[in-house]
Amino acid sequence: MTRNARWIWAAVLGLPLLAFACWGIWDNERLFFVTLLNGLTLASLYFIVASGFTLVFGLMRNVNLAHGSLYLLGGYVGYFVAEWSGYYVLALAVGFLAAALVGLVMQVAVFRFMQGEELRQTMVTIGLSIVMADLMLWIVSAQVHQMSAPDWLLGPIRDLPIIRAYSKFRISLLVIGVIIGVLLWLFLNRTRVGMMIRAGVDDRAMLAATGVNVNLVFAITFAIGAGLAGFGGVIGAVELSMVPGEDVRLLLACLIVVIVGGMGSVVGAAIGATILGVAETFGLAYTPTYSVVFTFVILVLVLAFRPRGILGRPA
Amino acid sequence: MNGRKALVGALSIAVAGALSGAAFAQQPPIKIGLLATLEGPFAAGGADGMRGAELALKQKNGMAGGRQIVIIKASSDAKPDVAVNATRKLVEQDKVDIMVGPLSGGEGIAVKEYSKTQPTITFINGSSGAQATTLVDPSPNFFRFNTEGAQWMVGLGKATLAKGYKRAMVIAEDYAFPYSQVQGFMSEYCRLGGKVPVKAWVPLGGKDYSSVIARIPKDVDALVVVLGGADAVNFLNQYEAAGGDKPLVGGSITVSQDILNYKGKRRDSLVGTIAGAPIADAYDAPEFKAFVADYQKNYPVSAGGYPSPSLFALVYYINMKAALDGLDAVNGDLSGGQAKYREALAKMTLKTPVGDVKLDGNRQAIGTTFITEVVKDAQGNLFNKVLSKVDGVDQLLGMKKEDFKIGSRDEPSCP
Amino acid sequence: MSAAQWRHAMNAGAGRLAMGRRVPAPAATVRVPGATPAERRYLSLLAHIKARHVVVLLFVLTYPMFATPFLTYQIGAQSLALGLIVLSLTFLGGSGGMISLAQMSVAGVAGYMLAIFGSSGEPAISFGWPWWVAATIAVVIAIAAGTAVGWLSVRTEGIYTIMITLAVGVAFYHLCLQNYSIFNGFQGFQRVYAPTILGINFRDPMPFYYLALGCALGGYFLVKYVLRSPFGIALEGIRNNARRMNALGFAVTAHRVAAYAFAALLAAIGGLLFTWYNGLITPNSVGTSWLINVLIIAILGGLRHPIGPFIGAIVFVLLQNFAIDLIDRERFNLVIGGVFLAIVLFSPDGLIGIWATVKSKLITQRGGKS
Repeated sequence: MTRNARWIWAAVLGLPLLAFACWGIWDNERLFFVTLLNGLTLASLYFIVASGFTLVFGLMRNVNLAHGSLYLLGGYVGYFVAEWSGYYVLALAVGFLAAALVGLVMQVAVFRFMQGEELRQTMVTIGLSIVMADLMLWIVSAQVHQMSAPDWLLGPIRDLPIIRAYSKFRISLLVIGVIIGVLLWLFLNRTRVGMMIRAGVDDRAMLAATGVNVNLVFAITFAIGAGLAGFGGVIGAVELSMVPGEDVRLLLACLIVVIVGGMGSVVGAAIGATILGVAETFGLAYTPTYSVVFTFVILVLVLAFRPRGILGRPA
Repeated sequence: MNGRKALVGALSIAVAGALSGAAFAQQPPIKIGLLATLEGPFAAGGADGMRGAELALKQKNGMAGGRQIVIIKASSDAKPDVAVNATRKLVEQDKVDIMVGPLSGGEGIAVKEYSKTQPTITFINGSSGAQATTLVDPSPNFFRFNTEGAQWMVGLGKATLAKGYKRAMVIAEDYAFPYSQVQGFMSEYCRLGGKVPVKAWVPLGGKDYSSVIARIPKDVDALVVVLGGADAVNFLNQYEAAGGDKPLVGGSITVSQDILNYKGKRRDSLVGTIAGAPIADAYDAPEFKAFVADYQKNYPVSAGGYPSPSLFALVYYINMKAALDGLDAVNGDLSGGQAKYREALAKMTLKTPVGDVKLDGNRQAIGTTFITEVVKDAQGNLFNKVLSKVDGVDQLLGMKKEDFKIGSRDEPSCP
Repeated sequence: MSAAQWRHAMNAGAGRLAMGRRVPAPAATVRVPGATPAERRYLSLLAHIKARHVVVLLFVLTYPMFATPFLTYQIGAQSLALGLIVLSLTFLGGSGGMISLAQMSVAGVAGYMLAIFGSSGEPAISFGWPWWVAATIAVVIAIAAGTAVGWLSVRTEGIYTIMITLAVGVAFYHLCLQNYSIFNGFQGFQRVYAPTILGINFRDPMPFYYLALGCALGGYFLVKYVLRSPFGIALEGIRNNARRMNALGFAVTAHRVAAYAFAALLAAIGGLLFTWYNGLITPNSVGTSWLINVLIIAILGGLRHPIGPFIGAIVFVLLQNFAIDLIDRERFNLVIGGVFLAIVLFSPDGLIGIWATVKSKLITQRGGKS
């Protein structure tokens, strides 16, 4: 892209957004900034769940459509652990581990035997998601399961400038999102396994040729990816509550995030999540009727100009 | 419960009834089709609705009009096309004489349309509550003995003003049922001088209410929240976390028992919330208490029942009871394309646990609505106290036919 | 992995799932000396007809004679209408290697347009035009919509297609749900009934069954024809190796978009039938569960042969109607999910794959004996 074209695009997209922002701040500055914060915190949840999705895809080309079910599973497990022990942090850990374990089993028992058959793997994940959703409905019923936040995150932070009060738990979402992002970056860039994963993303065959146990790397990646979904589920169980149907909703959110951001890129997931989260909350605050459709318009626009997403590379 | 098991169960009840009862049935049993939602998000409500309908039959020992009754069950997943398919199977394949169902509004309209193609079968509603079912193009053989969404909110507008809330913001999901609930509330509230400056319609499936909460203006006195299940829980939770402190006015499914009881630390903020509904757990009329006791005896919590019958159980119970009482009235005579039976239904004054119900010209119930308020008992538990009771609520909300418009996003309006 | 390797892996994967229908050698090797080309074609056609074809055709033609109106309508006609929608997916997936989840949305577009331009229970929105005008417009708009979906998704490859078409399908669902001025929101349209033509009321089970059967047979033979046409063979080539086809001078994108347009025609007709069958169209008709159901039916039946969708649809409809008599209806999804999973894991060609396996086993056994 030439420099001029870039400037033109920046102007075409940026000026209306800037104009909207100015109008929004002038019209009701509290609403604007609260919505922005809402968008970023929601984006944080989306990022946590979608980063696992994109990690798995990047390495294994496996579109795990059961990712939403793992989110729901993590949420339920977290709920019962918190109920039993009373510790939120423990619930987070167990939620992560439970989903990671299920992911590991999926990889070791099923996907290993259909390496390279991406479409078939995708079909299997669809079947798994239907079965898992119904099993969970059977076991925990359709009742709403909502975890309460730990005492130290309960209620609002008061006396903030402009926005007056804001939920402590949502702020914690932002912090957790950043921490997960940093940890993922460190893991991928500073550890041996992370390096192997990055190498695998670039050239799987070459990685295997260097004598690395590819199956082990795959299993680890799948477990981490699934675990992140479960981890997100525990957070979601507090903020959005767990009911049947949440799995599909989060899966769709993940799909949009990674399609917009670019499949296989963790940074892309962060960008995609931010766009989706902010678009969703602003849509709901300013044009509620078509807020959901609005999200998909963004998706179509991105695809029309960048078919592989914003940070997507030609595979 | 498995379909065949249910059938056998119903039969054995019927046999027991026949042996113990004075009247010994000579005629073949009457088949009643029972449709509720047993899949998807409404599954829990649908199962309780089935319990309510079965209870009505159990109370009569499986007999009505001197004949045995057999129930054949079917399930849908709250989708209109699936509901019609299930109904068609019951009517055309299983050859039921009477249909009871379905559960939700969209299904109700579709089944009503289907009923027109089966003029010799009588259709009685389950718990569906769309206004249009009986208001637009009613079907001559579709009966609804329960009141619907708009009727359930009559009296709430007055109660809200009595609390001193003169300006209210509406927060509700964006589809037909909440429209009717909001209409039931607003038609009265606006007439008596209340103002609703903002209505926030939240698209179905939206679970993050933070943006809606951010839109709440400073100058409203109360929030009218018509959300159910997970949406109500999410909203309450997020509103509290964001530091909100405005009093709430609830829809019929907003302040249900499970929301009052669910484990949260700050439920006390719900104290004082008023709501309108066709059922009130703490209603102390003897008929209602007997109904609750009977439900608890037959479906203890250990066997999957609720601690107290849900709205679905009550409404399915009422409609099934209407079907059976109608059979009693005609002594089980369904001849002549069920003409006598229908006439009996149309004229009947149905005794229900929540008062008498009569039908209007469109075969829609005229019944009772309760206004409740959340209070705290001595042990610190929250429950819904009956504040007042409005009898004889009709579907046009007391308006003339030409003035009445079915509720929508913009109807009614009083900013 | 390099781009070429990756693409190869992708294509191989697609092929393995779709199990490329190897097109028999043209002219079908029936050579009768002295026959005119027309006769030869006729004879080669005859040579293809086997006993099972005759039996199946006789069965579907006489089915309403011995089945009850309920079985005719709810099982027979519904399976045929549904099968036609699924056929559009298997055509794309089987011959083009593109799994589009938006086919139910395309069918839904046709259904909605039929309700909007024709007559329905919402006279304020519906134009009330004659059924054939409405149906024609509906098919045209649905083809346009299907082509647009195709144009959007062929820019991406293989696995991305599933995600993008799913996203498009969900977007359409939300549009229908939220828009009241055109799509009448949550309630959708009631009373969208099949017309009465020449005194035949197509709402009645038997006429509707034959209408659906006619469309289904038409779709089936059209797909068989297209698969053998140069276009179908080129499409298969593109599925197996798009780069090579590109190098050979084929317009890959254009072929793919055209495949979407053709699939949209099938889906649109199926959508009209399905809307007439239900007598209504609501956002639920194009919701996520239906998008996935269409895929399930396709995999159930098998992508390899155009009869697959219809077999899958019959099994699905039978399960949906009679599962409650055998198992707990509450666990319907578990059954359907389990069956689907078993098929994907053990018989990637679906039920027709099982049939083929059984047949080949029988043949080898018989061969061993003689």
